[in-house]
Amino acid sequence: MAENILELKNISKQFPGVLALDGVDFDLKEGEVHALVGENGAGKSTLVKIITGIYKSTEGNIIYKGKEIEWANPLESVMEGIAAIYQEPTIFPDLNVAENIFMGHHKFNKYTRKIRWKELYDKTRELMKNLNPNIKPKDRIIGLSLAERQLVEIAKALSMEAKIIIMDEPTSALSISESEELFSIIENLKQDGKAILFISHRLEDVFVVADRVTVFRDGKLIGTKDIKDVTNESLIEMMVGRKVKDLFPKIDVKQGKEVLRIENLSKKGNFKNVSFSLHEGEILGFYGLVGAGRTEVAKAIFGMDLADSGKIFIRGKEKKIRNPDQAIEMGLAYVPENRDEEGIILDTDITTNISLPILESVSNFGWLDKNAEIKTANKYSEMLEVKASGLDQKVMNLSGGNKQKVSLAKWLASKSKILLFDEPTKGIDVGAKAAVHKFISELASKGFAILMISSELPEIMGMSDNILVMHEGLVTNYFKKGEATREKILQSAISDKK
Amino acid sequence: MEMIDKSKKTFSVKSFFLRWEVLLLLIFIVYNIIIIFTTPYYLDINNIFDMTFIFTEKGLVALIMAFIIITGNVDLSVASIMGLSSVAMAASYQAGVNIWAAFLIGLLIGTSAGFLNGMIITRLSLPAIIITLATYSFYRGIAYVILGNEAVSGFTKKFSYIGQGYIGNSPVPFPLIIFLIIAVISIIILHRTTFGRMVYAIGLNEKAAFASGIPIKKIKLLLFTLSGFMSGFAGMIITSRIGNTRPNIATGFELEIITIVILGGVMITGGVGNMWGVFISIVLISTIRYGLGFHNVPGQIMLVVTGGLLISSILINNFLKTFVSNRVLKR
Repeated sequence: MAENILELKNISKQFPGVLALDGVDFDLKEGEVHALVGENGAGKSTLVKIITGIYKSTEGNIIYKGKEIEWANPLESVMEGIAAIYQEPTIFPDLNVAENIFMGHHKFNKYTRKIRWKELYDKTRELMKNLNPNIKPKDRIIGLSLAERQLVEIAKALSMEAKIIIMDEPTSALSISESEELFSIIENLKQDGKAILFISHRLEDVFVVADRVTVFRDGKLIGTKDIKDVTNESLIEMMVGRKVKDLFPKIDVKQGKEVLRIENLSKKGNFKNVSFSLHEGEILGFYGLVGAGRTEVAKAIFGMDLADSGKIFIRGKEKKIRNPDQAIEMGLAYVPENRDEEGIILDTDITTNISLPILESVSNFGWLDKNAEIKTANKYSEMLEVKASGLDQKVMNLSGGNKQKVSLAKWLASKSKILLFDEPTKGIDVGAKAAVHKFISELASKGFAILMISSELPEIMGMSDNILVMHEGLVTNYFKKGEATREKILQSAISDKK
Repeated sequence: MEMIDKSKKTFSVKSFFLRWEVLLLLIFIVYNIIIIFTTPYYLDINNIFDMTFIFTEKGLVALIMAFIIITGNVDLSVASIMGLSSVAMAASYQAGVNIWAAFLIGLLIGTSAGFLNGMIITRLSLPAIIITLATYSFYRGIAYVILGNEAVSGFTKKFSYIGQGYIGNSPVPFPLIIFLIIAVISIIILHRTTFGRMVYAIGLNEKAAFASGIPIKKIKLLLFTLSGFMSGFAGMIITSRIGNTRPNIATGFELEIITIVILGGVMITGGVGNMWGVFISIVLISTIRYGLGFHNVPGQIMLVVTGGLLISSILINNFLKTFVSNRVLKR
């Protein structure tokens, strides 16, 4: 049996009003991949921050390499070989790969303090050889994909001789092939005796990559299991504390009239000749790998990034949409993928967020009716079961799932009947996911027409009536209800051969 | 399932005193109590009204500047537009145009200059700070081209009413009334209308505002055009008040105006601010200048005072905020 490199004994962390971790015993072995799962707010991130020294635990001991330690600051843990790689790597986009890897521990001449560039570049080349030899030491980060940036972060960890590598949601923004490459790199790191702490919402990934899995819920460690002893269902049950009966509560709806038809929509470098149509009561799943061009298509329809050519018909009439203002006027709504940047205003309250697209209906001749505003916000946040201390709470203090609900709620108040959802459940926990799915399904049953972009195959398969698949800017397949299988969809998504 | 607590927001003394405009008001009151007891004639009604002449021009432009800064933009060209429109008006008058026609030309030039700013910023999607930095030199340059180093004076008596006149036989200056009307309108528009809400939304998150159907470009264009118009109008007032003009008139006003807005609690990064704060800030700065004038404090010292005031109010506000949040944590 491998040695325990890290042991946590009876760790608790108290925040004002919240016990974030409650008596956690946890261990990590050399050469293992240990997955942490749990809903948002279950305590995973707090645990990671205690391991890396960003937080100090209120109670309990940390034993690292057989010695009890207490980190004075996060830098100390890094120097001792604990590296954390976050969802969106925090690196300097305008510097090159080598500079990023050695940021903070440049090799320099002791007397002149001159950086020894040649050594830096040689070392980088060596590190990159095993990760991805196509990334050159002098490449600027800005030209790299998110997956490549993660590799740079891993290289940085290795350059500091990390013993423990913590990966927080590393695959959430990666395509399938990129994820697979990452998994094989994780496998290699494991062979080298590194201990890897792998945090993910994607349970499929956990089953592929992990040796053991630990489940957190409400600050408590529910259990640590060998991966072969658990199933998808049993993990979810441990995570939410009850059986999630129905993650995809799809209601069968008879489809009505065509409300949106797209003909040969093209935008240079993004997508080409995209055509499809959408009906009342329909949920059209829009699948593809990250970067296939689905978001760009949705944004073009909604008037955010205009297409070069092609036609958009709404309820049979051709329309020119030049900005979101016009799109909303025509009954469209778009719930963007990067919620915090485009979907909601973090720095203001729930009411203001919800009334933003419908200011006209909560005002008289430009005069804001604050009571009407609050009434509307109340109605829709209640309908979506937004959990908050009050409607005047700032959205930035809500959990991911509740932020997403606010981002949806603002469009329900509008008169829009054609809804474009871009990754509606990205990064939210299982409970909130089921709630959002239920809600989307109910909307369709009320006659809304829904285009749902998703990179999660189970979601696409579980929620859609018909499925549209895109690959590198081209629509490669369209599956009518019941025609699609997992294999067929994947096949269309990874190659343009029908 | 636990839901949103619908109970109304309760009034809290603590958060009331943390509000920037309340802090400013306190500074205003404390300052005035001190200065009243140390300065004879300070409370003289005629003196007080005459004091307002020195702030109405900058105050008017500051009101519009507040909207622009709340959207996360800034207009550095306002003082140059004041200069350009003043010079344009004077040059037309010199060329024999009727004084009121010249006045309208001045307004038109100011409005057009603001419109041009707005067009460049919205069409090319460039940062306002860069574009207005360019037009800051450009408009001032044109003013020099038109008048050279000449000064123009000798406007008609009637024109001097705009900047020097009183309402009837009262001691109330005409420009003050204009300023108060515009201030009330600005407060209402920013805090009570959908337009004001959109202005905040743009400053807080422009992308999200755009994706929510807010006509960002129209609003920015409108605000910069308004800023040009108001600068043109302020240019007319200052020309009328001084009774002459040169190409360097109102030089440096833009920074004073921006300082007033920032002191009023408007965040330079956008999205945060309050028109009441800006209003109090205008009045505070003027009374300080007025009061220190009685004690023969020279103008240069005023710069020290203004700068010091800005830094110390930020420090006091930060101190109060950390003090309160520490108290909350310890509970």
